[in-house]
Amino acid sequence: MANDLLHTEREFQDFLDAHLGQELLRFTTAGSVDDGKSTLIGRLLHDTKSVYEDQLAAVKKSRVNRAANGHVDFSLLTDGLKAEREQGITIDVAYRYFSTSRRKFIIADTPGHEQYTRNMATGASTADVAVVLIDAKAFLREGKLLPQSRRHTYIASLLGIPHVVAAVNKMDIVGYSQETFQAIRAEFVELASRLGLKSVTTIPVSALEGDNVVTPSTNMTWYDGPTLLEFLETVPLLMNEPLGPLRFPVQLVQRPDASFRGFAGQVARGVLRAGERVRALPSGRETTVSRIVTWDGDLPVAAYPQSVTVELEDEIDLSRGEMLVAASAEEEGNLPQASRHVRAMVVWMHEEPLVVGRTYIAKHTTRTVRATVKAIRYRVDVATLEHGATRQLAMNEIAEIELETNLPLFFDPYEESRTTGSMILIDSLTNATVGAAMITGASKALDDTANGAPALVLLPGRPAIAERLREQMEAHGYRAVVIDDDLIPEESLVAVIRALDLAGVTAITSRALASDAVDGLVHAVSGFTQRGVLRGDELDDEKVLEIAGGVQ
Amino acid sequence: MSSAIADDATTLLTPKRLNHLQALEAESIAIMREAVAEFARPVMLYSIGKDSSVMLRLAQKAFYPGKIPFPLLHVDTSYKFPEMISFRDAYTKEIGAELIVHRNEEAIAAGANPYTLGTQNCCGLLKTRSLLDGLAEGGFDAAFGGARRDEEKSRAKERVYSFRDSAGQWDPKNQRPELWSLYNSRLRKGESIRVFPLSNWTELDIWLYLYAEKIPIVPLYFAQERPLIVRGGQMTLYHDGMKLLPGEEIRTEKVRMRSLGCLPCTGAMRSEADTLPKIIEELLTFRRSERENRAIDHDEEGSMEVKKREGYF
Ligand SMILES: Nc1nc2c(ncn2[C@@H]2O[C@H](COP(=O)(O)OP(=O)(O)O)[C@@H](O)[C@H]2O)c(=O)[nH]1
Ligand SMILES: [Mg+2]
Repeated sequence: MANDLLHTEREFQDFLDAHLGQELLRFTTAGSVDDGKSTLIGRLLHDTKSVYEDQLAAVKKSRVNRAANGHVDFSLLTDGLKAEREQGITIDVAYRYFSTSRRKFIIADTPGHEQYTRNMATGASTADVAVVLIDAKAFLREGKLLPQSRRHTYIASLLGIPHVVAAVNKMDIVGYSQETFQAIRAEFVELASRLGLKSVTTIPVSALEGDNVVTPSTNMTWYDGPTLLEFLETVPLLMNEPLGPLRFPVQLVQRPDASFRGFAGQVARGVLRAGERVRALPSGRETTVSRIVTWDGDLPVAAYPQSVTVELEDEIDLSRGEMLVAASAEEEGNLPQASRHVRAMVVWMHEEPLVVGRTYIAKHTTRTVRATVKAIRYRVDVATLEHGATRQLAMNEIAEIELETNLPLFFDPYEESRTTGSMILIDSLTNATVGAAMITGASKALDDTANGAPALVLLPGRPAIAERLREQMEAHGYRAVVIDDDLIPEESLVAVIRALDLAGVTAITSRALASDAVDGLVHAVSGFTQRGVLRGDELDDEKVLEIAGGVQ
Repeated sequence: MSSAIADDATTLLTPKRLNHLQALEAESIAIMREAVAEFARPVMLYSIGKDSSVMLRLAQKAFYPGKIPFPLLHVDTSYKFPEMISFRDAYTKEIGAELIVHRNEEAIAAGANPYTLGTQNCCGLLKTRSLLDGLAEGGFDAAFGGARRDEEKSRAKERVYSFRDSAGQWDPKNQRPELWSLYNSRLRKGESIRVFPLSNWTELDIWLYLYAEKIPIVPLYFAQERPLIVRGGQMTLYHDGMKLLPGEEIRTEKVRMRSLGCLPCTGAMRSEADTLPKIIEELLTFRRSERENRAIDHDEEGSMEVKKREGYF
């Protein structure tokens, strides 16, 4: 918040221009409990004049004060829940906002307690920068970085935060010692390089006294790097460097009237251009972007993370959960991977453990699928970064797993793209969000088109035989799914069958469809598949199993 | 936001960077579209205030060139400023939005008011109860709200998708983790989600956006000579038919409202700011937070958290 009165019209106009031109940076704090995260944020807010008098007054008269030397306890500015103020700890992620003339900042203040690691991952998932606090005094006491600092630095790397800053805090109680800072810095840089972090900075600070937070320290003249705020104001923003190939997951089909059919979505990666040839996934159909429509007028070009509506030249089938990519993607070798078998790093977030064999609901871009855990490849010991075997994953544990989904996903490795490489896992009974998954790749090269098996088998009203057929086909090495899931609405059937067909999977349905719907479906599927459609409604069980079950 | 990209032919190949309002706008639009795609029956809680005005514009943008695909629900306590009601009716009509007005007629008829009940109880009956009833009546499984995390400490903990149990209550200690922009919309019968597309906007962002987008707002936000009385230490706007208490007298001052709630519980502030630029300028010199003029928040420490647990917005 600017402090000074803006005297003239001109000054005000300059101010508006500056504020309307600001960039947005999101950062998260991490570190062990009591390292001073909340105090640091309180200090940032206070020293950038982002705290209102009544808020400050409430903090000053609070019954709780854990700050030394009669200082105001700035952590009370961010610890918002009653239990937090009373216990003096941060339980949940709190979001804070402030701005300077250069940037607007969104801070995710996350808890340091081990049991809240999932919240750290939450704050980290959208952050451009992670500020990892390291308590200099605790380092001297332990002779090494605390396990929680290591864990959080690892999570920052796992969640792909582009820049990591170590704020070496409480320099005031280690006599502002350069030697102590250097020792911590050396260990942190070593850890960071082991984790493959690309952008790492270390800054000595005192959150309590304010050294090097906003104001350069007069107690540490040996340090000539930026203050924390300076760093945050100037670090390059990935958001504004739209790199990589186009990915446009469709959120909604907009059909206000017969004359308009548009595909609404947020550019997840790369750049979308009017006039450009694009390819729809999974259908593979190509067409041209005729318009990029927004309320503010058509755009010639839209980039991540803009929300737009795309109009296409040809009437192609495209619906929610599907994706537009550049038509040149295949040639350029940058198509997203399409597979029902994915490998992913997962942070488990629920008391109920992850178990091999269980099926969860997975949400990836705008597509919701069922995902069965096929295997846990290894669990990561966060303190040592060593890999170990396990059959289960408890809350706050991290592992690489293999998933099989009922529909193919179109993804990029998380390392390349946070938007098209991330997934959440949801418990299908309780609906709790139980896991955060970062895709590492396709797990097997299984997805070559199966020959011989039909693309679609229709068995209206016969769920038992549908299931038997699926089992028999799988036993013969074919892949088949029963698509009677309530997650798939009738109007999406064609799109789903096509996606499965592309992945070489046979779709089986026992839905009771109206006869014209059956005809429509058969017609539509015959239009795109190289394989056949089997109408089981005229055949008895044995015949169905004979024809489709043991396909040669 | 008219995009910075459109202006310049030489930028055709490299799109310009987004400024923070454009980034916020893109995020809010994506949130609204996602909710419309995934919920059976969404509704927008329309409070007529500045945040609602921004939210409404974002909804227009999100579904352009189509119409807003959900109704607006206004919970009318019967204590709203008359200017708010006339603005509501005229503006929603102008943009062609479907408006539902819900009132807790029973409590209103029984004379519920903040003076005899206290603000907590009055809000409980006329806002929270009425809101829950309105949502249940419409069978809404998702409700967009204009709350921002920078408004108040307990709001800073809110998710974008805030889960409510079948009694409409919020459990701050047991919130679903929310990662990336992947929102979990799965519900069981009777449960619902409050969706907060403005979560990451600040008060200043709202004003800057209102200015940049030329969005109409209720005239009460602009300073003007207005009749008022001083009641409970706060300047309360006077309107026809209001009963004066002993010792109270009507006087006229140049005032405006910083936030709009119910007439008896929202105080006016002295101000010269009668244009958006002046309001923004004034905001920058404020040393006090926006909800301070609202009686609802300072009955007791943490009172907003208590109200939210019960189902208040
Ligand atoms: N001496 C000193 N104490 C600090 C500093 N920063 C934080 N503290 C104290 O460390 C304790 C924990 O701080 P808090 O911000 O709650 O830590 P968090 O758990 O990481 O959020 C409190 O008593 C703070 O007053 C610092 O720079 N110097
Ligand atoms: Mg804390």
